[in-house]
Amino acid sequence: MSVLAPIAGIGRSTMAILAAIGRVAIYAASAVSHIFRPPFYIREFGQALLYIGYFSLPVVGMTALFTGGALALQIYAGGARFNAESVVPSIVAIGMVRELGPVLGGLMVAGRVAASIAAEIGTMKVTEQIDALVTLSTHPMKYLTVPRVLAATLAMPVLAAVGDVIGIMGGFLVGVTRLDFNSYAYLKNTVDFLESWDVVSGLIKASVFGFIVATMGCYHGMNSGRGAQGVGRATTNAVVSASVLILAANFLLTEMFFAQ
Amino acid sequence: MIELQGVHKAFGPKRVLNGIDLTVPTGESMVIIGGSGTGKSVLIKCILGLIRHDAGQILLDGEDVTKAERDAFLARFGMLFQGGALFDSLTVWQNVAFRLLRGSLKRPKDEAREIAIEKLRRVGLKPDVADLFPAELSGGMQKRVGLARAIAAEPEIIFFDEPTTGLDPIMSGVINDLIREIVVEMGATAMTITHDMTSVRAIADKVAMLHDGVIQWTGPVSQLDESGDPYLDQFIHGRAEGPIEAVR
Repeated sequence: MSVLAPIAGIGRSTMAILAAIGRVAIYAASAVSHIFRPPFYIREFGQALLYIGYFSLPVVGMTALFTGGALALQIYAGGARFNAESVVPSIVAIGMVRELGPVLGGLMVAGRVAASIAAEIGTMKVTEQIDALVTLSTHPMKYLTVPRVLAATLAMPVLAAVGDVIGIMGGFLVGVTRLDFNSYAYLKNTVDFLESWDVVSGLIKASVFGFIVATMGCYHGMNSGRGAQGVGRATTNAVVSASVLILAANFLLTEMFFAQ
Repeated sequence: MIELQGVHKAFGPKRVLNGIDLTVPTGESMVIIGGSGTGKSVLIKCILGLIRHDAGQILLDGEDVTKAERDAFLARFGMLFQGGALFDSLTVWQNVAFRLLRGSLKRPKDEAREIAIEKLRRVGLKPDVADLFPAELSGGMQKRVGLARAIAAEPEIIFFDEPTTGLDPIMSGVINDLIREIVVEMGATAMTITHDMTSVRAIADKVAMLHDGVIQWTGPVSQLDESGDPYLDQFIHGRAEGPIEAVR
């Protein structure tokens, strides 16, 4: 074996990763370009909106509720070390709307929606339904990808907003019932310290995360291998890649929005 | 008329089509036979543009299919897929009328449903099947629905990919008869790929045998048994011994 073999291996892996990033970028750009060109499949968009938005509400709501509650307990315990217990309402609110609402909501939706999209489209691919779509003069990108990507991009901010409110409520419930906060003072603190940009930045993040979730689900479904194993791998790849990209995008967006 | 001239297709180092020359005249039913993995499905997918061929030309009525306007080109075709390829999320009638509910052939919903029910009746299914989902149907019924979908927009050319695979002999006979009747009735050009010799004799006007990436033999179905071609003889009689290597 040549002494350069490990370097060649690293080179091959790097090239493979770059090629994969390129393929995903081209796919995402193609999806965006198709959003603005007819035909538009309104019924499919409506169904995707219902599935991605409405049916994700319970999981996003539960996640936000418990996260808000846990956050209140943690901040109270941490704040007690330097007599800053009173910051609980404002930190819970800022933490939820800027970070935890969109990020945890995005991750939960990634687990639920990216997996389901990848499995559905992957199964359609291995059972030749995608080929059937083409022979029926229907572009799979327009019929399958665009409605899901658009629905997820629009639904995620709404889900995040609902998650923000429920998360703050979770913190409020814990603050009032367990930490002896006055309910009026808690709510006043929450409202006083929360700026509109905190909320808007979180909603923009959520929209980007929604785009990532649906794009990864569709991309991996469309590129699914053969058989049950291929669909299973596509599903796993969709969830993992969507989750990692959400976290990476979150860092970049936070840097962009809040870096001094 | 469909003409294939020196069509090549390879997947990596594996050369699947190695210079296919074939002509299917308008209104004729051509059946392509050949062993599993010989590239029959790839051939059909190349004609439809689902897979891009590497070299050679595929002409439809003299026009290169790669240069044809895609929607107008595909509107001339109907296809029955091996597993039916019905859309799980749509009801049977929505599957059949798929093309009539969107795109250039779009009709009002009621009219599309009526046409779908008429096509279902044509393939021997009752109207009460229309509102079921594909998962609620047997394999034979799914094939019939796939057939109804293939003919719903009255295409000039219909492709059948292994139409009887997975069906019992009686249901296979029913599907074969239906295909033959529909092709004659519509005056459509048909291209079928199969290794079911009963289907070949029931459906074909002409037969082409694909082996080793080329058309090994082609001729009228009536000459199938007297071809003198050792490859064809081995295939149609299902012999393990002969020029076609059988993997054991």
